[in-house]
Amino acid sequence: MFDFGFLEGYEQDFIDGFLTTIGVSLFALVLSLALGTVIAVFRISGVKPLEWFGTAYVEFFRNTPLVIQVFFFYVGLPALGIKLSAFLVGSFGLSIYTSSYIAEAIRAGIQSVPKGQMEAARSSGLTYIQAMQYVILPQAFKLIVPPLGNQFINLVKNSSVLAVIAGGDLLYAADVAGTEQDITPIYIFVAVLYLLLTIPLSLGVNYLERRWSKAGTR
Amino acid sequence: MDFSVVFNEAHLKFLWDGLLVTLEVAAAAIVLSFILGIILGTLRYTRLPVISHLATLYIEVIRNLPLLLIIFFGWFGLKEWGVELPITMSVILSMTVFTSALVAEIVRSGLNSVDRGQIEAARSQGFTYLQTLNYIIMPQALKRMIPPLVSQFVALIKDTALAVAITLPELTHNAQIIYNKYPVAAIPMLLFVALIYFVINYSLSLASRRLEKKLAG
Repeated sequence: MFDFGFLEGYEQDFIDGFLTTIGVSLFALVLSLALGTVIAVFRISGVKPLEWFGTAYVEFFRNTPLVIQVFFFYVGLPALGIKLSAFLVGSFGLSIYTSSYIAEAIRAGIQSVPKGQMEAARSSGLTYIQAMQYVILPQAFKLIVPPLGNQFINLVKNSSVLAVIAGGDLLYAADVAGTEQDITPIYIFVAVLYLLLTIPLSLGVNYLERRWSKAGTR
Repeated sequence: MDFSVVFNEAHLKFLWDGLLVTLEVAAAAIVLSFILGIILGTLRYTRLPVISHLATLYIEVIRNLPLLLIIFFGWFGLKEWGVELPITMSVILSMTVFTSALVAEIVRSGLNSVDRGQIEAARSQGFTYLQTLNYIIMPQALKRMIPPLVSQFVALIKDTALAVAITLPELTHNAQIIYNKYPVAAIPMLLFVALIYFVINYSLSLASRRLEKKLAG
């Protein structure tokens, strides 16, 4: 059957790599959620300069490669005298990239709630924040969460970009272990580890999508 | 910021060569993954025993893996098996394998958005199953598939930059070679290259939005 001999001497690399992949994904998720929310708020703020900034941010980062964004931090920050670990460089690149998608998911969710509801809520005496909190966001939530789940899956997959900058993630561990032996079994092993992370997330997203679309959102 | 290293004639020529490789790989992978994706998505949709399950297995495994892993496999893995593809072919193959799984999902949800009752209606009119898919279901589904397909292909164009990891001489790789030689030019070079990707992808997105409006109207 499957021979795990290739693991010998590299056990720690794979454990560290697996944990790094999970760590980077979670860290970048938190950062990109924060950034994405701010940009989404900019885009629906009604304040023209903020809207322009938000639109430019989303369009630029969605339409340029992730690798380039990571390279910006990788070669750009040292040029400014700032030295960061590959973990942070990768997380920042991933967060910028992913935040542009998250901002769009949040904006689309909020704007799918008919405008009249905001007006109705405001005219019945709620402040803008209250109207958002009690009327708009609870309805938008069900439309926002499944795409956010998909972005998290993408983050886990995209975290492999760390391998390009020797970031010590799971794919990098595969590269290291594969330098002096057959790499095919190593790739299969690593693929299974990625699937262990992504398939449950996919199933979760599918479940939410089915459940919430049946509930008759909108 | 000093752009003189970027706008040097030899360097611009080198970047141009890289851009051509990027576009060549992207165009080939887009065409191939579209064809393979339509086949896989339709197979999954048909509910044929075994075949639709195999299609589902392929789609779910591939789309849940990192593309970079597939690119590595298509280069280092295949070499180990004695399959010596030119690097361009290897990247086209890997990108096609990956993107076809995502296209298949777009195709399937496009097909699913058409009422299955129409199949019965067409069948009762004497259409075969294939004719029904071809003339009744697919044309309606295609319209709805355009926006997600274009986003997927924009993603593909961006993702060709990942092949920098196996030194495919595409745009990002050639830029990297230049700025490794002239480290001061790294940021201007990355900005310039990012702008090239942006112009291509943003134009595609705009064209897709226009097409979408036209089809809807």
